[in-house]
Amino acid sequence: MASLAATFGRGAMTNGWTDIRNADVVLAMGGNPAENHPVGFRFVMEAKRNRNATLVCVDPRFNRTAAVADRFVQIRAGTDIAFLGGLINYALTHNRFHQEYVRLFTNAPLLVSERYAFDSARGVFSGWDAERRAYTDISSWTYDIGPDGYARTDPTLQHPRSVFQVMRQFYARYTPEEVSRICGCSADDFVKVADVITSTYTPDRAGTIMYALGWTHHSHSVQLIHAAAMLQLLLGNIGRPGGGLNALRGHANIQGGTDCGMAYHNLPGYIPVPKVGDETLNAFVTAATPRALRPNSTNFWSNTDRFVVSQLKAFYGAAATRQNEFGYRLHPRLPQSDGGAYENWSWAYIFDAMHDGGLEGFFSFGMNPVSNGPNSRKAIAGLSKLKWLVVAENFEQETAAFWRDDILSLVDLTPEDVQTEVFMLPAANFAEKDGSFVNSARWIQWKWKAVDPPGDAKPDQEIVARIFLKVRELYEQEGGTFPDPIRGLNWWYSNPTSPSLEEVSREINGWALEDVRDASGAVVVGRGRQLSRFLDTRADGSTLSGNWLYIGMFTDQGNLAQRRSTADPSGLGRYPEWTFSWPANRRILYNRCSADGDGRPWDATRVGIAWNGERWVGDTPDYTVDSAPGADLGAFIMLPEGVARLFVPGQFADGPWSEHYEPVESPVANPLHPEHSSNPAVRPFGSPFDTLGTAEEYPIVCTTYRLTEHFHYWTKNNPYAVQLQPEFFVEIPEELAREKGIANGDQVRVTSARGSIEGKAMVTRRIKPMQIDGRQVYQIGFPIHWGFLGRGAQRGSLANLVTPTVVDPNSFAPEYKGFLVRLEKV
Amino acid sequence: MSLELLRISASGSPAPGVRSVPAVTKLVDTTTCIGCKACEVACQEWNDLPPEPTTQTGTYQTLPDLTANFWNLITFNEHDDSGTLRWLMRKDQCMHCSEPGCLIACPAPGAIVQYANGIVDFQQDHCIGCGYCVTGCPFDVPKFNPRTRRVYKCTLCVDRVSVGLQPACVKACPTSCLQFGTKEAMLEIANRRVEQLKASGFARAAVYDPPGVGGTGVVTVLAFADQPELYGLPRDPTVPMAVSFWKGPLKWIGNLAMLGGLAVAAIHYVRFGRKEDPDQIPNPKDQIPNSTTRL
Repeated sequence: MASLAATFGRGAMTNGWTDIRNADVVLAMGGNPAENHPVGFRFVMEAKRNRNATLVCVDPRFNRTAAVADRFVQIRAGTDIAFLGGLINYALTHNRFHQEYVRLFTNAPLLVSERYAFDSARGVFSGWDAERRAYTDISSWTYDIGPDGYARTDPTLQHPRSVFQVMRQFYARYTPEEVSRICGCSADDFVKVADVITSTYTPDRAGTIMYALGWTHHSHSVQLIHAAAMLQLLLGNIGRPGGGLNALRGHANIQGGTDCGMAYHNLPGYIPVPKVGDETLNAFVTAATPRALRPNSTNFWSNTDRFVVSQLKAFYGAAATRQNEFGYRLHPRLPQSDGGAYENWSWAYIFDAMHDGGLEGFFSFGMNPVSNGPNSRKAIAGLSKLKWLVVAENFEQETAAFWRDDILSLVDLTPEDVQTEVFMLPAANFAEKDGSFVNSARWIQWKWKAVDPPGDAKPDQEIVARIFLKVRELYEQEGGTFPDPIRGLNWWYSNPTSPSLEEVSREINGWALEDVRDASGAVVVGRGRQLSRFLDTRADGSTLSGNWLYIGMFTDQGNLAQRRSTADPSGLGRYPEWTFSWPANRRILYNRCSADGDGRPWDATRVGIAWNGERWVGDTPDYTVDSAPGADLGAFIMLPEGVARLFVPGQFADGPWSEHYEPVESPVANPLHPEHSSNPAVRPFGSPFDTLGTAEEYPIVCTTYRLTEHFHYWTKNNPYAVQLQPEFFVEIPEELAREKGIANGDQVRVTSARGSIEGKAMVTRRIKPMQIDGRQVYQIGFPIHWGFLGRGAQRGSLANLVTPTVVDPNSFAPEYKGFLVRLEKV
Repeated sequence: MSLELLRISASGSPAPGVRSVPAVTKLVDTTTCIGCKACEVACQEWNDLPPEPTTQTGTYQTLPDLTANFWNLITFNEHDDSGTLRWLMRKDQCMHCSEPGCLIACPAPGAIVQYANGIVDFQQDHCIGCGYCVTGCPFDVPKFNPRTRRVYKCTLCVDRVSVGLQPACVKACPTSCLQFGTKEAMLEIANRRVEQLKASGFARAAVYDPPGVGGTGVVTVLAFADQPELYGLPRDPTVPMAVSFWKGPLKWIGNLAMLGGLAVAAIHYVRFGRKEDPDQIPNPKDQIPNSTTRL
């Protein structure tokens, strides 16, 4: 999501599940949608059946998606940027890109700063400090800004420093032969699929990309997704029905979690968490509001102040007054660590701090860190240093039971050594409570409770509310260092111990606290009315909205997340009255790009929005319906340039665009630049558990994945799911199995520098040996889903015992895919 | 849709069905099956079947074969198509043959019926557990449960179909590789898909609807229809010769033999009268074997 937001402006799937039926080419890469998104995959099948769409699957394994794909190419895990770089180069050198689209809707015409450079021999961008081994100054990764404060441009794309020309030169290195050398597929196979994928550059064709954790689980994951974004922009596939870069979220509500402030550095609505240096509300808002980089650009974040103040009113209610800057003075801020950087509280850093003894307690709700985080042994050792641990779950799981003999023995501890007090709270599951899920397509979908939770199990909101009320009571009785934020929190719900989610939804959408007036003084939203438009929010405290992005989901018309109409006026499966889709019920993001400069759809059979001379018709446009196409407001309104970024100025930690870096553990040195083989911006952790292996000791590439039969570490408690996939297994190429004397069904052991696991061998033709840079390289893989607790064969084969705590420097996602192991028969 | 009977096992009397009912058919398009197994569990849940004990044997397939409690199995077969790997997934289940070998072989009156809509259904309360249906089936589908001593298989969700619902597996299928309707409608969809497959390079694609059993109530789209064995399907399934003979011409020979025997007995009775020693007449309770314990 870090990548999509920096490239397009919003961190979400650009189109939607139902729109995939409109594609001519579907590239499944970095995801296995048939396996992990089988229900959504029906739209791929509809595209195949009804449009004769071509499904291309690129993956380290011949998987269930490959089984129904028209083309399959096997690549080495962790080399996707090289493959995508090859596709970008193929599109540019064969003139298979949508020139007019690129000129209108991307930053290709903008000029790059003269100070920007890339050292292709060493593999580092300008600003690299060789001594400190870090990018110490990335100010050169920017545009050439003119005296008017706007980026200079060359609409002909000919200027040698135009993004277009610099990009062309940058990716020229990614020839089919180079792709073959790095990825292990043949140059011929690459060219064949490159031809299919780039065939969508014409206005009458559209292609989509579906990806998931196969792209996000790398030490270069954000750049990887950016490379795919560049390709789709060059092909003119963003913002169009049947196009898009579609991030498939792996859990029912992961998009909702991201939207509502789940990541440590974001508040709901992607408002950044204030930093300790942002002394005043004004300073914070100023820092969070970008300046427009093109003259007419909409730059929608210029409204940050309205969204922030409305959110503060939702958080602190009556305690948010003009005098205390609407509660900003009560608001927590991100502290600076010793090194001067702001503290990082993303997953791997939390467990690193825990392992260092820096945490006293830990709440784990709907999470199983021992199993689902990387490097399980480090997590177990970390938990053993806590004073207390609270786990709210449906089933007892490995984290709540980490103190068990067999689990602690993995880190050479016994239950007597550990003082952590563990509280296991039974929590209701999704079917035992109402509420909403926000799916990949940004649909906020209400769901209704099916059954009451069993026994003492409680819905999460009740568990959280009861803890909060108890804490508030203690603050009220005993004071404390800074009781005001807790005492002032806006807890207005009719049932304070278990707030109704209907009320919470109303609050997230927000309402007018006073009459809201327009510039002429006319009342646009009466006091007490629900908000229905972003720009009806005010920065003067007269509106309240928990998450500006969700405005429109719960209006005076009611809870629109409950809508279930299958009316489809577009005929393209947009279903505008099925639930509510953020933003503003827009079904395809950046839909301005579905039409040319004059507002005429590129493809009359697949209309996103169209200008009828007076107004935009079709999907919800990004700006007011009567703003003419010539107004040049920018198709990407969340970016200050108004255009999508091929070259990303100053957002990423590891470069303005995507270069192939090897996984941190790799069987070969980077053939492009061995000196900086893996991502130079990655910061390693230093605990004794953070060990890395060499190719000599661990010669086999390994990847982890999920099975359609199981959901994470949860369905191992369901006897039917357990029956379908009863035991942990390791998929092994036939040739490697023969070399090691391993037969199908034999017990094998996989060992990495972090740990080892055992399971049944699945010897298969579906993973083939590869030639990488002139050497034979084997890949193996295994699914997650097994552990110590649950039904069936739970023999401690936690996949993450072998994965490394190595994280992407932007998203901090761990490298679960593409690390090194050795394999032996037990 | 009402359940008019078309045929009843081991019964000479005409079936009571009087109305004409269209044959129902399930379409299995193996080329759009993703092997997700939703159908497997949907089948178990609808039919109240317990989960099976399984182990990992080096395959994605849940079980090696159908069982008495597992009537719907997705088979996974790897096939090397001249250098191109194929992973073929097929739904193994009762094919609901128009000429059902199981029904023809069945000696227990009413234990197997065929409805006018084509569904072949086992009536376990009439089943004697003899297992003749197992030998009669060219697809090796019916499975004997040694605990209940009855034989089981897919019912094509006859209980759902009879109230206008589609089978549970079809309902659960996310990709619509399973569809349900009249035979005519399903064949039309299947043939359209075959044309599409042929156009995209699968020259030997075809619909599997074997004539040797009179066609089936489950028709299957195969990309490699010239090699049905790749999917675990027999090339030319027919009702086994022994079963056809036994229930066909042989049955008449048998009947004649039996009539002959009766005639001889009658003549014997007329000529020599009743057998004298009553102690030698066995007690039927002790002697007649419990038919359900045989196999």
